[in-house]
Amino acid sequence: MKISKTAQAGALESNDVLVTVAPNEKGGVQVQLETKRVILKQFGKQIEQVVKDQVAEMGAEDVTVKVQDKGALNYTIRARVQTALERALV
Amino acid sequence: MKRLRRSLLIISGNNPKHIQDAPVFDPDVVIFDLEERVAAPDKDSARNLVREALSFLDYSQVEVMVRVNPLDTEEGQKDLDRIARVKPGALIIPKANEQVIKQAEGLLTKIEKEEGFPEGSIEIIPILETASGIENINQLISSSPRVTGLWFNGEGLMAEFGTQRTKEGAELYYVRGRVGIACRAAGIDAIDTIFSDGNDYEGLANDASAARRLGFTGKLALDGRQVDTLNTIFQ
Repeated sequence: MKISKTAQAGALESNDVLVTVAPNEKGGVQVQLETKRVILKQFGKQIEQVVKDQVAEMGAEDVTVKVQDKGALNYTIRARVQTALERALV
Repeated sequence: MKRLRRSLLIISGNNPKHIQDAPVFDPDVVIFDLEERVAAPDKDSARNLVREALSFLDYSQVEVMVRVNPLDTEEGQKDLDRIARVKPGALIIPKANEQVIKQAEGLLTKIEKEEGFPEGSIEIIPILETASGIENINQLISSSPRVTGLWFNGEGLMAEFGTQRTKEGAELYYVRGRVGIACRAAGIDAIDTIFSDGNDYEGLANDASAARRLGFTGKLALDGRQVDTLNTIFQ
């Protein structure tokens, strides 16, 4: 499944995350994570994996996922990635 | 032992912070709202968030209900289909009448079979918020064995009348009495409308006490600070 447009979900609020998905012309799934340095260091790879797993579960290909994290738990990240991808398909 | 539904804390289904914090206030029930507390462009986002929250977070110490959008809308149909599959304790159905509840009953039975849940395990709480719903309250209660409580929405009824409820709520006494007696006779919970002034604890206590005297078993909480008062009054 390939997306054809940019879409967003979530918010830049405490415990939430703003996810922006866009077609990746270079191919593959690319995750760009923005969060506090300490979180990036401790949980960066884990958050990236949650995003990649959700993208894979939805069967999306060739997508860039920008993740602006404000302390979201895994369930919130999954939900926001799912919503952004669904919106990019409409 | 009968499950308590004294305090029902209602929060937006699109706010992760509130979703995570809600059980801390120790309400008997947490309601994730997909209807009034979620703006139209965010309906899809809230639905996905509540679905993931119910799959991920531990709500074993609190009953969880989800208010879906009206079933005569596309959002309402999607809400019911997606949320029922993660097995909330109950779905709250707005603008309920006998036909709507029978429709929900059929859809839930189908989903329970597909997901391997025990049949009838997802309960239904209809919202009474129209004059016709109140006039047909007994048919509504008997429309499905899943109906284990009714939520009386006084603000919704006043909106139908083109007016607003007063803080004292004298205009609601007749309907509250009718709902309280019908629910008591049927052996189901009667859940009272919200008290919307979050800083008036004396007013909340008076309003909740009046509801209890009219047969109600619990009341909606606007925020976590109202929970203790409700748990004390509806013992």
